[in-house]
Amino acid sequence: MVIVNEKICDLCGTCVAVCPVDCIELTEFDLIINDEICIRCNICIKMCPFAALTSKTSEV
Amino acid sequence: MKKHYNIAIVGGGPAGTTAARFATSQGASVVVLERDREIGVPVRCAEGISKEGLTKYVDINPNWIAGTITDFGFISPSGKMVVFHSPTIGYILHRRLFDHALAEIAADMGAEIYTKAYVHGLRRDGSKTTLYLRHIGTETEVEADIVIAADGIESRIAHLAGFNTKLSPKDVEPCAQMQLANIDVNPNRGDFYLSNNWAPGGYVWAFPKGENTANVGLGISGKYAGNKSALEYLKDFVAEKFPKASILTTTAGGVPVAKALDKLVGDGLMVIGDAAHQVNPLTGGGISTAMAAGKMAGSVAASAVKDKDISAKRLSEYQKQWDKTIGKDIKRLYRLKEWAINLTDTDYEDIARSLDGLTPEQVTLVKIFKQAVKKKPSLVIDVLKVFAGF
Repeated sequence: MVIVNEKICDLCGTCVAVCPVDCIELTEFDLIINDEICIRCNICIKMCPFAALTSKTSEV
Repeated sequence: MKKHYNIAIVGGGPAGTTAARFATSQGASVVVLERDREIGVPVRCAEGISKEGLTKYVDINPNWIAGTITDFGFISPSGKMVVFHSPTIGYILHRRLFDHALAEIAADMGAEIYTKAYVHGLRRDGSKTTLYLRHIGTETEVEADIVIAADGIESRIAHLAGFNTKLSPKDVEPCAQMQLANIDVNPNRGDFYLSNNWAPGGYVWAFPKGENTANVGLGISGKYAGNKSALEYLKDFVAEKFPKASILTTTAGGVPVAKALDKLVGDGLMVIGDAAHQVNPLTGGGISTAMAAGKMAGSVAASAVKDKDISAKRLSEYQKQWDKTIGKDIKRLYRLKEWAINLTDTDYEDIARSLDGLTPEQVTLVKIFKQAVKKKPSLVIDVLKVFAGF
């Protein structure tokens, strides 16, 4: 799953714009990633201007 | 906040507040819903605009002009600078003050503006649209005849309304910017640093905001994003070129460098500004294009409300105006951008060398691009058409 580092995230919305399945929501104060919709394409991680997103492999 | 407005605009940037101004001036009731706590903040922008692109839409107030630009410097990877004397004046804005001013003009005409108003849902129902929002923590709803999505690059409202606003990574530039103080800059020259080591598939800008301070930022092509973030590229650049600088702001942003959306309207719905990818894809400039779209969409929306016809067909008047003016230019600029993101450092050096020895007055943008497109002559027509006004 994709994890947001809230200490780094600048709430700029670039990840929202490029997410192909629209699983990221930028509210008035935080960034929410819906892991049930996320397809793990990692495009948001690559595109984040501040490298605030990372992927964490969860045990299945 | 009332229950119903003729026009609800999501997003209080230059696109949204310009649409609000032109819609209220024609008698429509208008609400602007801004997600952030303050109009114009944070500034995710290099703040540059041409005099022409500004004065077409608003009277200049010296309070929000931070600097006046008469020259541009292009710096090659080895540090060779080509100075170009601009035939038109450019300005570096204080975007916070500028955005406030645009909002105040709209408000003076009667538009209602709310901040910390986050729209998270939308339902189209016959002849009206309901927006679901959280306003300073309280859930509420607003009904409108027409919704204008001006919510920036993430474009979530347009997406919720069924528009395909998704951007492919190669059509987005992840950007980082710092406002630097205590640096040596020419207050009347905007500089562009061109090297794939500094900013692959993009460029670094240094836009002065008066003496000794400048917006220094960069965008990289999404095509090359992944190994190193825009912020890391910027930190390296600043350490190399401005090691003694104090850093007054650090912001991230994404700039759409795409073709504008094919479909800008639906029944009771319009999309404008960054949300509609209405940005010059070669330079990333989008303030003027946003105000242009805001003016067109706001005017068309108000007259559609007056005539009680909010159908996509009626609202497409905005799209027609857009397509035959700026929309056409953006298609050409997109072709140039697709080519420019593949330029190598050797290409940049060749161009700089070929212009060596010319005075700033002798260097023209057409000359620069003529040198640049030697390797791809088919682009000459695009270049000439883009710069036909110069």
